Amino acid sequence: MPGSAITAVDARPPGAMPRSLFQRLVSGDRIAYLLTFLCAASVVLVTIALVWELYANSGPSRRQFGLKFLVSSDWDPVAGQFGAAPFIYGTLVTTALAMLIGVPLGVGAAIFLAELAPPGISSGLTFLIELLAAVPSVIIGLLGIFVVIPILRDTVPYLRGALGWMPLFQGPFYGVSLLAAGIVLSIMILPFIISISREVILAVPADQREAALALGATRWEMTWDVVVPYAKKGIVGSIFLALARSLGETMAVTMVVGNTPQIAASLFAPGYSIAAVIANEFAEATGALYQSALVELGLVLFGLTMAINAAARLLVLSTSGKGSA
Amino acid sequence: MSWNRLRRKTVNAAMLMLTAFCTLFAAGTLLFILGYLFVHGARSLSWDFFTKLPAPVGESGGGMANAILGSAKLLLLAMAFGVPLGFLGGVYLAEFGGPGFSFAVRYTADLLNGVPSIVMGIFVFTLVVLKQHHFSTLAGGVALGIMTIPIAIRSSEEFLRAVPPALREGAMALGASKAQAIWTVVIPAAKAGIITGIMLNLARVAGETAPLLFTALSNRFWSPGWNQPTASLPVMIFNYSVAPYEDWHQQAWSAGFVLLSLILAVNILARLILSKKGAALR
Repeated sequence: MPGSAITAVDARPPGAMPRSLFQRLVSGDRIAYLLTFLCAASVVLVTIALVWELYANSGPSRRQFGLKFLVSSDWDPVAGQFGAAPFIYGTLVTTALAMLIGVPLGVGAAIFLAELAPPGISSGLTFLIELLAAVPSVIIGLLGIFVVIPILRDTVPYLRGALGWMPLFQGPFYGVSLLAAGIVLSIMILPFIISISREVILAVPADQREAALALGATRWEMTWDVVVPYAKKGIVGSIFLALARSLGETMAVTMVVGNTPQIAASLFAPGYSIAAVIANEFAEATGALYQSALVELGLVLFGLTMAINAAARLLVLSTSGKGSA
Repeated sequence: MSWNRLRRKTVNAAMLMLTAFCTLFAAGTLLFILGYLFVHGARSLSWDFFTKLPAPVGESGGGMANAILGSAKLLLLAMAFGVPLGFLGGVYLAEFGGPGFSFAVRYTADLLNGVPSIVMGIFVFTLVVLKQHHFSTLAGGVALGIMTIPIAIRSSEEFLRAVPPALREGAMALGASKAQAIWTVVIPAAKAGIITGIMLNLARVAGETAPLLFTALSNRFWSPGWNQPTASLPVMIFNYSVAPYEDWHQQAWSAGFVLLSLILAVNILARLILSKKGAALR
C-alpha cells in the first residue's frame, strides 16, 4: 500500500489559529477513510442486494413450480403455467453455436496479433478490434436483422443441400432463427476473446520463446508448442468470460432469434432465449406469478453467468495477474 | 532441404495465413459495420432527426429529439450517482485498502461487471419501479448508474496506483495529512487518466438497451422532469428496427449512426489520450 506506513504529523506551530471546518474536513483522514470505505463497500452491498431482490421477487414462482420450472416446456401466461425449458434450450444452443464459431476465430486472431504479426500491423488491428467491443449490442442486432439474415436467406439452401442429412440443418427457414442468433453472438464475443487472449499470450516470458527458437523450432512450432501451452489457463479464462457474456447477451439475440418458445432440433427454426423473453415480456407482465416467473428466469441467468465468470476471473488472474476485462 | 524441413516450413506459412485470416475477419467485421451504418444512416439523416418528435404511425418524417435528450438525461443521472461512488471506491482501493477486503471489493466489482445487463434491469425494476409504481427517467438513470460503478472503481484505482509513491511522501513530508495528500496531490496527478476512464465508462453505458426496457421504458413525447418514462436512443433503435414499417427502419439506421458515431468518437479520443499518457486501460 503506497504510503500507508507514513503517519501524518500535526505540523501546526503551538498556538496557531484553530482550523476552519472545511480545512478540518479536507484534512480529516478518518472522514476520508470512512467515506471511501463506504463507497467501496457499496459494490459488495449492491451485489448482495441484487441477489436478494432476485431471490425474494421470484418467490411465488419458486414455491409454485419448484424444480419443475427448469424442465417444463409449458409457457402459457394466460393459463398461469410457466416452464423455462425452451428458453434454457435456446440460450444454450445459440451460445454453443457462438462459441463454435467465435473461439477458433478469436484464439487464432489473438495468436496472430500477439506472436506472428509485425508490430505496426498488430497495434493497428488490435485498436480496430477493441473498438468492435465498444459497438452496442442493439446496433449489432440492427445489422443482424438487415444484413446477416438476408445473407443467410441466400446461403441456407446450399447449407441444407450439403448438410441436410443432419436434423440440425432441416426444415423451413424464415430468417429469424437460432442460427442467426448464434452468428450474431459470435461476432459479439470475438473482441473479448481476442483482447484478453492476446494479453495473456503477450505476458508469456520471452525466454520461453528464445529457448524454443534456439532449439530450432519454427515460429509456428514455438507459438503452438511453447507459448500457447504456457498461456493456456488465461486463454481458457477468456473463453469462459466470452461464454458468460454470450449467455447473458440480450438485445442482439432478441432481435434475430425469432422469439418462439419451442424446442426445435433444427438450427433453422426460430427459438427464444432467457434474456430475450425477459426483455420482451417483463414490462407487460401482469400478475404476481407471471412477473415472478420472469424474475426467476433472471435468477437462473444470473446464477449461470456468475458461476462461469467467477471461474474465468480466477483463471485469468492466475496467469496474467489482471482480472478486469 | 529435407522433406521434414519442408513440411515444417509449409505448416509455419499455412498457420500464419490462417491466423491472419482470423484477424482480418474480426477487423473486417468492424469496418463493415461502420461502412454499412455510415451509408444507410447518414443517407437518411436530416436536421429533423435532431429537432422533431417521432411522427405518429403512418405519417412519414419526424425525428428523435426526445430520445436524444432522454439519453443525455439518463447519462447525466448515471454520472451523478454511479461515477462518484465508483471513483471514491477506487480511491479506497488505491490508497487505504488492506489486502483482504480490497480483494473482495475488486472481485465483486468484476463479478458485478459481468452481470447480464437485463438482470440489472430486473434489479432496478424491483428496487425503484416497484416502489414508485411507475416507470421513470430516474429508474433508468439508477440502472445505468449501477452499471458504471464496477468500471469506475477499477479504472480509478488503476490510475491512482500509477502515481509514484514519492509524490505522496513528498506531500506528507510537507505536513499534509494523508487525506490532503490524496486530495491535492495524488488525484490531480491522475486526473487525465481518471477523466478518460469516466468518458469510456459513459460511452459504454450510453449504448445499453436492456436495462432501460423496463426502467425508463420509452415515450413518444417529451418527458419533462425526472419522474416520467423517457425515450432513449438505444431503446428507440430496438423498437423501430423490429417494427414492420420501412420508414421506421430508416429512422433506426439514423439513430444507430448517431449513437455509434458518438460512442466511437469518445473511444478513439480516450485511447489517443491514454496512449499519450503511456498508461493502459482495457
